[in-house]
Amino acid sequence: MPEARVIPLRPDDDESFVPVAVPAGLEEQLAGGLEFLRRRATGDYETDEFGFDPDLTDHVLLPLLRPLFQKWFRVETQGLENVPDVGGALVVANHSGTLPADALMTMVALRDEHPAQRRLRLLGADLVFDLPFLGTMSRKMGTTLACNEDAERLLTEGEVVGVFPEGFKGIGKPFRERYTLQRFGRGGFVTAALRTGKPIIPCAIVGAEEIYPMIGNAKTAARLLGLPYFPITPTFPLLGPLGLLPLPSKWLIAFGEPIETASYGPAAAEDPMLVFNLTDQVRETIQHSLYQLLLQRKSVFS
Amino acid sequence: MPPAVVLVTGVSRWLGGALAAELAADPSIERVIGVDTVPPSPAMLRRLGRTEFVRADIRNPLIGKVIAAASVDTVVHMNISSTPAGSGGRVPMKELNVIGTMQLLAACQRAPSVRRFVLKSTSAVYGASSRDPAVFTEAMQARRVPSGGFAKDSLDIESYVRAFARRRPDVDAAVLRFTNFIGPRIDSLLTGFFRMPVVPTALGYDARVQLLHEDDALAVLVRATTGPFVGTVNVGGQGTLLLSQAIRRLGRIEVPLPSPALGSVGRLSRRFGFVDYSPEQMRFLNFGRVVDTTVLRTEFGYTPRYTTETALNDYARTVSPVLAPSSVQSVTSRAQSVLSRAGELASAVGERLHPTPPAPGLRAVQDA
Repeated sequence: MPEARVIPLRPDDDESFVPVAVPAGLEEQLAGGLEFLRRRATGDYETDEFGFDPDLTDHVLLPLLRPLFQKWFRVETQGLENVPDVGGALVVANHSGTLPADALMTMVALRDEHPAQRRLRLLGADLVFDLPFLGTMSRKMGTTLACNEDAERLLTEGEVVGVFPEGFKGIGKPFRERYTLQRFGRGGFVTAALRTGKPIIPCAIVGAEEIYPMIGNAKTAARLLGLPYFPITPTFPLLGPLGLLPLPSKWLIAFGEPIETASYGPAAAEDPMLVFNLTDQVRETIQHSLYQLLLQRKSVFS
Repeated sequence: MPPAVVLVTGVSRWLGGALAAELAADPSIERVIGVDTVPPSPAMLRRLGRTEFVRADIRNPLIGKVIAAASVDTVVHMNISSTPAGSGGRVPMKELNVIGTMQLLAACQRAPSVRRFVLKSTSAVYGASSRDPAVFTEAMQARRVPSGGFAKDSLDIESYVRAFARRRPDVDAAVLRFTNFIGPRIDSLLTGFFRMPVVPTALGYDARVQLLHEDDALAVLVRATTGPFVGTVNVGGQGTLLLSQAIRRLGRIEVPLPSPALGSVGRLSRRFGFVDYSPEQMRFLNFGRVVDTTVLRTEFGYTPRYTTETALNDYARTVSPVLAPSSVQSVTSRAQSVLSRAGELASAVGERLHPTPPAPGLRAVQDA
């Protein structure tokens, strides 16, 4: 069927038929790129006290991650309405995949698919900030050190903060333990939420476990390099750099219902029993929704 | 109650001299006594007005006699050296900073007239490391305690001042932790650093920098000297910049060098009396440091007039950029015009090759 078009009712109007303008994509993109280069060369952009550089994130880092999000992992998001449009919230998610691709994909999900285009401010391990390049790049992307001071400051400023309480225990676990949550740190994230009265949003990520299936851990190499683990996957280090290519697993990211913390009051952060209970509640919620998502997924790669 | 007799140490430096001049201009203050080991420059001397200059070393017990004889009631201690270059090496620098402060405090403890002690300290006491929280409040301590240099000296000095305040509870002690100074007239670590046309930085690192304009630094010192504030306060401008961003804004050329190479460049530049790249400064240039200034704005009651950004702009007036923003602008706008011309050409060629199909001659079907 041909496309519908406006049919002029008077023959005189025929002359003024204007062809649909072709979007000048490439040219505009190049002009935008030039403007970006000018801003970068003259330092004419904003950064915040955490070292976050929104200009670089929006124009370089997110466009680099987007193909991975859309084409490679074909990420599907659920429950975005559970993340508030304004104000602080603490997104707590499971961690897996040898390299923290899950953190980056969650960031893209909230930026691209959330109606308010929320920025996810991640909390990273101190190892990240010890390393040159990686540490600086993480800060420019909005990540900061996983410590209570920074988490509380970001939450108070009304940011969405992303935290992975399993840390290296989660991201560096062997493939056979996939989708089983590890211990949730010391519950520091719960105290941060309690002190600031911001909701905790449990988030389950399915798919990241299969990107680099870790079948072994070269402990000696890890110790020599000062890393918490040195992964051996079916392709790495066997195929060299090619082994760094993640497997194209199908991803699902589900944001669960917020767990409200404001009613406990800031003093509740000093009650270890409450903190333990809330930590367990968040952990159980995520584990439960991981099982549900796994049932929804037809196979690992589709 | 305003102070009657103020003693300012380190008066031959720009900030100390400016403070003494400001205090001397205040008629409610009876006497202003400036102390330094070197006499102030003639230009500074003219500014100092009725300030009495005493050429003395605070490491010498003579300072006690000066304090007792003039019955000084307020002491502003600013004679703290931040670079070995300024005081002839690391050993004399430590001597001046630590032993000098101890002598000065000993003299103050003996003098019953002293009621107020103001210390010009630094935010370097928080150290600089990858494990730092992004923003330091006054209650926080360094995650990695600085092991040497200016930061260690400052930590020691602060602890001596706290001990002094305990021993003399009738003395109000104010400790001002300043961030990096910048401005057209002041001479600080960063002003020297940014004056170099080519700025070597650490490859793979980018520091968060918080600046304080010299005028704000002066206003805070005056307020701390004459006002009632007691305790410790962070003093810094609102907002931060990344080191690379500041370098670009000043039109400097950043040369990132791997850290080992930077170390030897640092030693070389120190030998020639340029910028000091001590291990401590290196750590600062790697990670940077930001402090929370809520106490400054609420309890201390001063809001800096310059933000980090506007302070840098004010400083930028005095340095001629190597890579001017206007030239970058002209290059990009020229590239843009070339681009749009190429685009026009391409669309014209495209038009020639694939002409737009003529408007479809559809007619409305008229009712019979």
